[in-house]
Amino acid sequence: MTNTEAKTTLSVTIDGEVFEARPGELLIEACERAGTYIPRFCYHSRMKPVGMCRMCLVEVDTGRGPALQPACMLPCSDGMTVSTETPGTRKVQAGILEYLLINHPLDCPVCDKGGECPLQDQTVAYGPGESRFVEEKRHYEKPIPINDNVFLDRERCILCDRCTRFADTVAGDKLIHFMDRGNNTQVNTFPDEPFASYFSGNTVQICPVGALTARPYRFKARPWDLDETVSTAWTDSAGARVAVQSSRDKVIRLLGIDSDPVNWGWLSDKERFAFEALNSDDRLTAPLTRVGDHLVPTGWSTALERAVSLLSDADPDRVAVIGGARLTNESQYAWAKLAKGVIGTDNVDSQLADGLDPELVLGLPRATIDEACTPGGTIILCGPDPKEEIGSLYLRLRHAVVHDDARLIELTPTATGLSPVAAHSLHPRPGEVADLARALVEAANGGPAVSAAGVSAEEISSAAVAIDGSVTIIIGRASLAESADCVTDAALQLAALPGSRFLSALRRGNIHGALDSGLAPGLLPGRTTIEAGAARFADAWPSTPASRGLDTAGILAAAADGRIDVLVLLGSDPINDFAGRPLAAAALETVPNVIALDMLVNDSIAMAADVVLAASGATESAGTFTNLEGRISVCRQRVTPPGTARADWMIASEIARRLGFDLGFDSVESIRAEIAAVSVVHSGLDEKALAEALVDGLLIGGSGDIMVPGVVGVSPSAHDAYSLRLVASRSMYDDGVALRNSPSSRGLARSVTLRLNPTDFDKIGVDRGTVVRTESAVGRLLVPVEPDPGVPVGSAVLPWAAPGSPANTLIDPFSTVTDVRVERA
Amino acid sequence: MPTHAYVPHAPGYVDNDGPKIITKRFPLEDSYTLERSEATGGYAGLRAALDRTPAEVHTEVRDATLLGRGGAGFPAGIKWGFLPPGKFPYYLVVNGDESEPGTYKDRLLMERDPHQVIEGCLITCYALGLAQCFLYVRGEMALAQERIARALNDAYAAGYVGRNILGTDFSVDITLSWGAGAYIVGEETALIESLEGNRGMPRLKPPFFPAAIGLYGQPTIVNNIETMSNLPWLMTNGAEQYKTYGSETSPGTRLFAVSGHVRRPGVYEVEQGVTTFRELFYGDNFCQGIREGHELKMFIPGGGSAPWFFPEQLDFPLEARPVGAGGSMLGSGAIVVMDETTDAVKAALRLVRFYARESCGKCTPCREGTTWEERILQRIVDGEGRPSDIDLLLDVADNISPGPYPVAAHPDAGLDAIPFPPRQTTICPLGPSSVAPITSTIRRFRHEYEAKITRRNSIAVSAGSVEVAS
Ligand SMILES: Cc1cc2nc3c(=O)[nH]c(=O)nc-3n(C[C@H](O)[C@H](O)[C@H](O)COP(=O)(O)O)c2cc1C
Ligand code: SF4
Ligand code: SF4
Ligand code: FES
Repeated sequence: MTNTEAKTTLSVTIDGEVFEARPGELLIEACERAGTYIPRFCYHSRMKPVGMCRMCLVEVDTGRGPALQPACMLPCSDGMTVSTETPGTRKVQAGILEYLLINHPLDCPVCDKGGECPLQDQTVAYGPGESRFVEEKRHYEKPIPINDNVFLDRERCILCDRCTRFADTVAGDKLIHFMDRGNNTQVNTFPDEPFASYFSGNTVQICPVGALTARPYRFKARPWDLDETVSTAWTDSAGARVAVQSSRDKVIRLLGIDSDPVNWGWLSDKERFAFEALNSDDRLTAPLTRVGDHLVPTGWSTALERAVSLLSDADPDRVAVIGGARLTNESQYAWAKLAKGVIGTDNVDSQLADGLDPELVLGLPRATIDEACTPGGTIILCGPDPKEEIGSLYLRLRHAVVHDDARLIELTPTATGLSPVAAHSLHPRPGEVADLARALVEAANGGPAVSAAGVSAEEISSAAVAIDGSVTIIIGRASLAESADCVTDAALQLAALPGSRFLSALRRGNIHGALDSGLAPGLLPGRTTIEAGAARFADAWPSTPASRGLDTAGILAAAADGRIDVLVLLGSDPINDFAGRPLAAAALETVPNVIALDMLVNDSIAMAADVVLAASGATESAGTFTNLEGRISVCRQRVTPPGTARADWMIASEIARRLGFDLGFDSVESIRAEIAAVSVVHSGLDEKALAEALVDGLLIGGSGDIMVPGVVGVSPSAHDAYSLRLVASRSMYDDGVALRNSPSSRGLARSVTLRLNPTDFDKIGVDRGTVVRTESAVGRLLVPVEPDPGVPVGSAVLPWAAPGSPANTLIDPFSTVTDVRVERA
Repeated sequence: MPTHAYVPHAPGYVDNDGPKIITKRFPLEDSYTLERSEATGGYAGLRAALDRTPAEVHTEVRDATLLGRGGAGFPAGIKWGFLPPGKFPYYLVVNGDESEPGTYKDRLLMERDPHQVIEGCLITCYALGLAQCFLYVRGEMALAQERIARALNDAYAAGYVGRNILGTDFSVDITLSWGAGAYIVGEETALIESLEGNRGMPRLKPPFFPAAIGLYGQPTIVNNIETMSNLPWLMTNGAEQYKTYGSETSPGTRLFAVSGHVRRPGVYEVEQGVTTFRELFYGDNFCQGIREGHELKMFIPGGGSAPWFFPEQLDFPLEARPVGAGGSMLGSGAIVVMDETTDAVKAALRLVRFYARESCGKCTPCREGTTWEERILQRIVDGEGRPSDIDLLLDVADNISPGPYPVAAHPDAGLDAIPFPPRQTTICPLGPSSVAPITSTIRRFRHEYEAKITRRNSIAVSAGSVEVAS
């Protein structure tokens, strides 16, 4: 046809009606927008079409007479005529369905997919009434496990390539594949190699039949018995959108929702199966109080009375609150108001020395995920391994690099899950990432390339050349064994790249909501400081702190020193989560009174709590969540909390009331109204806007009153030749209390090893598996060693929070880097 | 040396009296060595090409109307012209996966004259300005692999392949790859997948043909071994000379591999368009007739994927166009001759089973349909057929290849030919190939099917069985 280039739409005639399609739009999509659904199995809007199932064949005429074409592979062209309901099309559709059914077991009554099965539905709509196949069907061993959680029933499989395509092109874990040929074609894993992917649950969600099932949901319910609520995943900061499904007041499944700016329908298995911890038998159903060495259940009024008496007796400066990232925005606000406004302490910190300076995160120009993933843009990763920490973000970044020509430059202490697709992977020595950043920026801005942080000038100069187009820097903590200041300085260097924006990779649940709610020393809700924002709170709050309080490291040091009387653990576990276990242990041993709000008893609570207030979980209370972009999305209540557990904001209100002050909240809406009133950045947050943004959420922009902090000027001590510099990085599955309580995830934590570059093996005189004594200035661990060429020479990598060998044993939160001596045990 | 006789060291090759463009060295015992090749004009075509500009070489090939010999018969010179300008690198992939039932001519070309193949590759690379060629040889062809590999080593050593070929600034590398035993990998996009290290499954084309997006996403020309083998002669002798052989639309010669019930099966180099099937089967310097005491029942004119021909089609010339209009294709040049002792249903089953086993499994109609066809046919052959099975078979086939399927005319029944090619609901033509034996035999020999089915019913009834076929 003529001059299609000039046109912004293409005229396509669909069953006689003219429709304006977008250039490049696939026929199947155009038809759907026009209201004509074309049946399909292999097509998935978030993956490259493969045209395999042939279910979408329709008669298309592009001027050479009608011919059957797969609508999922065919881009619209101007003047195209499509007939989706001719006898020819109908016959083929019935024929394809008959083919798919001849070897399908038709065990719908016992199949989990029954009732929500595209094969069932399309057979009813387009299929033949009965089968003409009289032979024996194809048989395979009934479901085989392809990993710890996912089962594959090859008899039900219709070989649509969705699961295998997802594993290969989306997750990058090409561990399931077609085997054999012709009629014996089957999906399977490679021999002795399980489908060990953090994203395996997505294959279950997108399988168009019941061939893939996941342990947590298998045989639990029928789709028509499920109640469903749109909500937000809570185990990391991506804010992936989910449908929470329950049966008989119990959550039994989470499905990813396709939110265009966020998770595209995908979830990590951690997000997907995290609800199991909420169903744990160990959930707190009532408050606990300490009687001797034991925590025993008690009533709410006793527990609250005890908590309130501890708080009212204490000098506000000797009260501290650690945690809050688990909470909804509303609960965080209520707790900020209680702690900073009513109790009057600024010793409040939602990070556990595992995060970044809040003023850095809030003050720098921010990027959305979409902006970070700009086609052809540059992504600089100066943070953790997204594959291990923020699965949904990893999938988006990987897509941008693999399919949209974005270039990834890694400034990370070791190789990451994105390294295989990265354009440049630069691994600075621990503590020296800022030097590397400076050298990179100088080279990018036309200066000479010089070697830095153990990275050669050539590597730096070729990476600098690759910086082009939109530049997004992902900042976070790649290693908890070096101080956050290292990242601050690196980020401030990188900020000199023209047009650069930042995407925070702080990972802990609703941590960005916590920072926006002022759960950090010196901050008030709404991206403001106790100095700049105080006036706005004069009406709503009884008071605001006069001076900046302590951060978590400061609080724990003060507590160990006997300068804290009451410590509130707001869903936190310093023993395991604080970057410095010896200090956390000393603090909890010394502090006289500990009040905890939680869903499960964690190690810190077991050790030190006097009162434990039973909190409701993410699917049991309403509220909102703020993701790493600053995007606010709703979390809705799907089920009732166990026993008498209640929302954290209700607990705050109750404590405030007993302290003699009414927080003024009777619902999450009332809290949101106050947030919108006091916070400049939240002024657009109203119920209508939130309801309209049900799927994609509301982006909260701007830095408010926050100023970018100055350069810290870290300079790590000289590195002596006998020690290695420690990198402590998180992995998806660790020994956290939630994962311990999730049957599907419990077994997945990798066994701990200390990973060294093979060249360091000889120096130390060890072999793979040798158990070594790893000793720092503050602690020591016995662990086996493992060679890993992705680790630079001179570094040693230990997973964070590994079962039995917690890396934070070795870490001093006040030192810039952590050097360890490694010797044969 | 007698004319038109088997050549002992080239098993299956019959040295006939006709013009020889690509088999001229076959009768020589050491034809595969570099020494013999050079002594008989080897690499003269390459030198002739290097004396001209690449564009001139391309034009020569286009002028010669050299039709691809891999099956589809697409003119090589035109295919080469589809390379998008400037999207370097381009690749040449040479298809030596020959697995079409009945076909065994590429194997002989590789075994008997590997230098001719390599020379053809070099001429193509020169014409198209590309520097990397992949030569893919079927996994089972051990001798061909050995000969090609040795020839390539010798050619590298002699400076025909590699850097600065024959002192010019033209450089090419040729990489050998062996298949792993799958017919479908002969299909060009499946072959590309296989070369990339993936499972050999065809890609969907359109939207993208290999010439636009091929190996590693780069523009790629895929050509057959025999197509390549024509180029040295063509360069030495020119398009004008080339076109003096064969017919206007199908110039030159072609290798036909004849098998089955003829007296002298074998590979023949035959002038296209001039010779007829009758001459090929009965001619004294060709197959010398149907075997003693028997007569022709049917034949497959162009490899297992071609609809069948019958005695009425004997006077068709060996030329792509008329054969296509007559309801079949010359395809890969494999001709299978069957006399009256052949059971049409069993013969159909044999071929259908091949396609069912070789289906790659990628698309539903072929993966499920071909096996279903096989099982119905097997039932009929086993005496388990039902009267409804013939219609069922045709309908199962219709869902792979909708609408009238290409078939030869049946003048006695007043039926016209349905021209090639078939329509398809599949990704590639493998699935529809399974339909050819079914429609060809049912149209012509329905009574043979019915006899098998009725016999079954009579057995069932006479045994007093209550089971009534429906
Ligand atoms: C199922 C199938 C099998 C094929 N097998 C072969 C083969 O073995 N050898 C070959 O050269 N071409 C084969 N082809 C044709 C190739 O796809 C391709 O058209 C050919 O290699 C192009 O070379 P040409 O243009 O020189 O003929 C096959 C095609 C199909 C659909
Ligand atoms: S298991 Fe499911 S998703 Fe995977 S190929 Fe089979 S039907 Fe498709
Ligand atoms: S037609 Fe058969 S061989 Fe071709 S792609 Fe489909 S399944 Fe594979
Ligand atoms: S949906 Fe188009 S071929 Fe499967």
